[in-house]
Amino acid sequence: MTKIHVSTTINGDAHEFLCAPDETLLDVLRNRLGLTGAKEGCGTGDCGACSVTVNGRLVCSCLVLGAEAEGAEIATIEGMADGDDLHPLQRHFIDGAALQCGVCTPGILVAAKALLEKNPDPTDEELRYWLAGNLCRCTGYDKIIRAVQAAAAEMRGA
Amino acid sequence: MVKVLLWGSLRQATGGLAEVEVEAANFKQLLDRLAVEYPGLKPQIARGISLSLDGVIYREAWFTEIGPDSEVVLMPYMTGG
Amino acid sequence: MSLDEYRKREFKQVGTRVRRPDGVDKVTGRAMYGADATAPGMLWGRILRSPHAHARIRSIDVSAALALKGVKAVVTAEDFGVPEDDFTRDVQDNCMARGRALYDGHAVAAVAAVDQATARAALKLIKVDYEILPHVTDVDAAMQPGAPVVQEGRVQENVPKGFSDNVTAHFEFGHGDLDAGFAKADKIVERSFKTAATHQGYIEPHACLASVTSDGKADLWCCTQGHFYVRTLCAGILGMEASQLRVTASEIGGGFGGKTTVFIEPVALMLSKKAGRPVKLVMSRDEVFRATGPTVSSSSDIKIGMTKDGRITAAEATLRYQGGAFPCGTTEFGTQAAFAAYDLDAVRTYGWSVMTNRPKEAAYRAPGAPVAIYAVESVVDELCQHFGLDPLDVRLKNAARKGTKSSYGPTFPDIGLVATLEAARAHPHYKAPLGPNQGRGLSCGFWFNFGGNTCVSLNVNTDGTVGITEGNPDIGGSRASISLMAAEELGIPYDNIRTIVADTSSLGYNDVTDGSRVTFAVGLATIKAARDAVRKMCARAAKIWGIDEEAVQWKDGAAVPAGPNAGKFPPMTLAEIAAVSAETGGPIAGHYEVNADGAGVSFGVHLCDVEVDRETGATKVLRYTVFQDAGKAVHPDYVEGQMQGGAVQGIGWALNEEYIYGEDGRLQNPTFLDYRVPVASDLPMIETVILEIPNPGHPYGVRGVGETGIVPPLAALSNAVSHAIGLRMSELPMSPPRILKALGGS
Repeated sequence: MTKIHVSTTINGDAHEFLCAPDETLLDVLRNRLGLTGAKEGCGTGDCGACSVTVNGRLVCSCLVLGAEAEGAEIATIEGMADGDDLHPLQRHFIDGAALQCGVCTPGILVAAKALLEKNPDPTDEELRYWLAGNLCRCTGYDKIIRAVQAAAAEMRGA
Repeated sequence: MVKVLLWGSLRQATGGLAEVEVEAANFKQLLDRLAVEYPGLKPQIARGISLSLDGVIYREAWFTEIGPDSEVVLMPYMTGG
Repeated sequence: MSLDEYRKREFKQVGTRVRRPDGVDKVTGRAMYGADATAPGMLWGRILRSPHAHARIRSIDVSAALALKGVKAVVTAEDFGVPEDDFTRDVQDNCMARGRALYDGHAVAAVAAVDQATARAALKLIKVDYEILPHVTDVDAAMQPGAPVVQEGRVQENVPKGFSDNVTAHFEFGHGDLDAGFAKADKIVERSFKTAATHQGYIEPHACLASVTSDGKADLWCCTQGHFYVRTLCAGILGMEASQLRVTASEIGGGFGGKTTVFIEPVALMLSKKAGRPVKLVMSRDEVFRATGPTVSSSSDIKIGMTKDGRITAAEATLRYQGGAFPCGTTEFGTQAAFAAYDLDAVRTYGWSVMTNRPKEAAYRAPGAPVAIYAVESVVDELCQHFGLDPLDVRLKNAARKGTKSSYGPTFPDIGLVATLEAARAHPHYKAPLGPNQGRGLSCGFWFNFGGNTCVSLNVNTDGTVGITEGNPDIGGSRASISLMAAEELGIPYDNIRTIVADTSSLGYNDVTDGSRVTFAVGLATIKAARDAVRKMCARAAKIWGIDEEAVQWKDGAAVPAGPNAGKFPPMTLAEIAAVSAETGGPIAGHYEVNADGAGVSFGVHLCDVEVDRETGATKVLRYTVFQDAGKAVHPDYVEGQMQGGAVQGIGWALNEEYIYGEDGRLQNPTFLDYRVPVASDLPMIETVILEIPNPGHPYGVRGVGETGIVPPLAALSNAVSHAIGLRMSELPMSPPRILKALGGS
């Protein structure tokens, strides 16, 4: 199958890659670019473990084609911290024990960050509905909700 | 002699007895004596047996000492999730 | 292990909420899970699975697949030998069907190719000639004489005549005179229950990377709850020596019991052996649902008699579990656990293990216990309702306690059930008002907990820090707990310790991370390894001071002379002793190896409020509180996490999760869209109350906490829903269609 040449920006850096026309963005990130922070939990857009943003919009990268990244700005979990400085969400997830196995954590962090950029002060209910597409099987979500709210409060300067 | 309580479905191997007595000072001797005196227990012993000794469950531990007054209960070999 | 391990003490670090050592890796995407590893020259593996519930495999033609450019190896059952022991053979046959496909999703062949697309294309070129056979997926149907037989020759000697050969084992537990007990009852309730099979639902699909070299050595990277056990199984299946197969556990993306065996690892090793290159094999979600770990589905009959003042006079349960296409391994646990919370004069439980054309059951948190206790706790609730008695009072009146002869035989030592029930009664949740269409339910839960084989090394580094090498995959923060216990014992800061999970070549055998054993057993071994290192450090100090070893004590992270007769020397800290270790005899390390017992059983009580929408049949969980005895909570955040996570898995089991089979015996919902696990918007906060009744079998009093939490939600939800709608529910899950049906709707 003839491959497609794609030029894109990932976490602020320019990237080029070749991918098959039917290859997902998730497979490109993981298998061609070595960005394995996004996980495949289902491959059908049901679990959210592969969450990234494309041009600021939260997507399941298993439902986006690699070819669609042409000219886009993509943000993944690998770009969330600023060097050694963890994002407040990342810090509060560690401090608040909001992860157990951690495999859903990259997707949840990316999704939560996308919410807080639109809505810096969500109610618990808004947050729970926003994260309804991100499955966590370990925590029962309790500590995740608390950690996101703690990070949101810090980010608001509260 | 040690009194050993069996679970119900093992009683077919002991002529219906719920409790049997064997000469044993530890878990290994207990299993060996049971196999000799009640050969019908051999298949279950091969599949695995846990031992409750005075309320504490032991899964292997051949040399766990058993006193004459200890409460000894056999249980199927235990695993978990 | 004796019951005098525990010594009361004031903890300085145990019980604090420190940061986990793998936290930064996990929030930055750096942590390496099963599917995240690569190797030079790596191929991609993929497995072909049976579309039929039961079929004879007449032939498999792989020639076209092998001829496809980029395909490097094809594997079928013919590539494997036939292990002699039943257990290993079952594991292997479940990984790759031999002669017959026993369930929809059963592996029949596998390929390794240069990329995923080629591997997928190759699977389509494999021609399997199936002769479709009759199938059975329902537990009650499978027990009947004349039912399609899943496997011949698997019936144990304890099964009475007259059943299908699918009935492989029968268990009976209990004591006392049932007839006399029931005769004393003022009311007897008899009710039958059904529960659907559920899946552990870990978010990370099974994944591994295998590399077998031509000199017979192999390395395997995989997500598992127990890499030593993976080595045992794979070495057995492939006929390898354990020393030649090194297994490294990746970070694990959830397991809950479902990653305690192998599914793809022997296949990946065989593909790598045949291809002569490393092979990565990753399951899709569809494969995870169809071919791994579900629980049993069950049907049960419960009969309980009670006096009008709430004393249970006799209790009887018959439990029928189907565990898929191989002999079920959890019936005996459910049969023992069913009435564990009660002090009963007359009790009998009967268990039946049944095979069906479904995937082989795997352990799931407190395997076997949730569905048994669900049925029992539902009937206890119904009796309380009948007499208008408070359900907590009734449970307290009948509660098992120290000295109770348990329903499975042993007399209980110190247990925490009464304290847990009293904590629930004292909690504001229990008295909070309820609105229309709302109901409150409660349930007790129980699990045995285990210890097991454990091997720990503790290395004192020359800069005064400590490295701990242990062999149990960290499934929910255990590295933090282990470091905390070592810090406590050594008297040095938590941050000076790093705990790692080592590969199978680095330590003696460690049992699987299961049975809620890690914080208990690895913790115990770590404390003992620390004491071993302390003994050696005291000896070094004694040499330096020129006094007897016995004249040196360890206090607050330093060696000190024991009393005035030992001489006057300033304390020598761990760092000071470590710094001169080369000069005083070489490296300092502590070790401990044990097959730990004395884990101590665990009880919990859950309270839950729900509201049922009578138009849609949907149940909303309004409030949920978990009460559980942790012995000693080493890291309270992660103890709470276990309680919350277990509760929510149980809520999913009660309300929505379900394996749905069609008439054709095929699984109809192998996706997270149709197999609905709880999502964030389904749930309230999960309140937790940790009780700390020390376990006498652990130096710090620790009890396992991982499993009990999944047991009570099933009945707590069922009782709450039954009160909310005024009808007794007796089937799980209580999905909206079932609630509507109960209400007489569409």
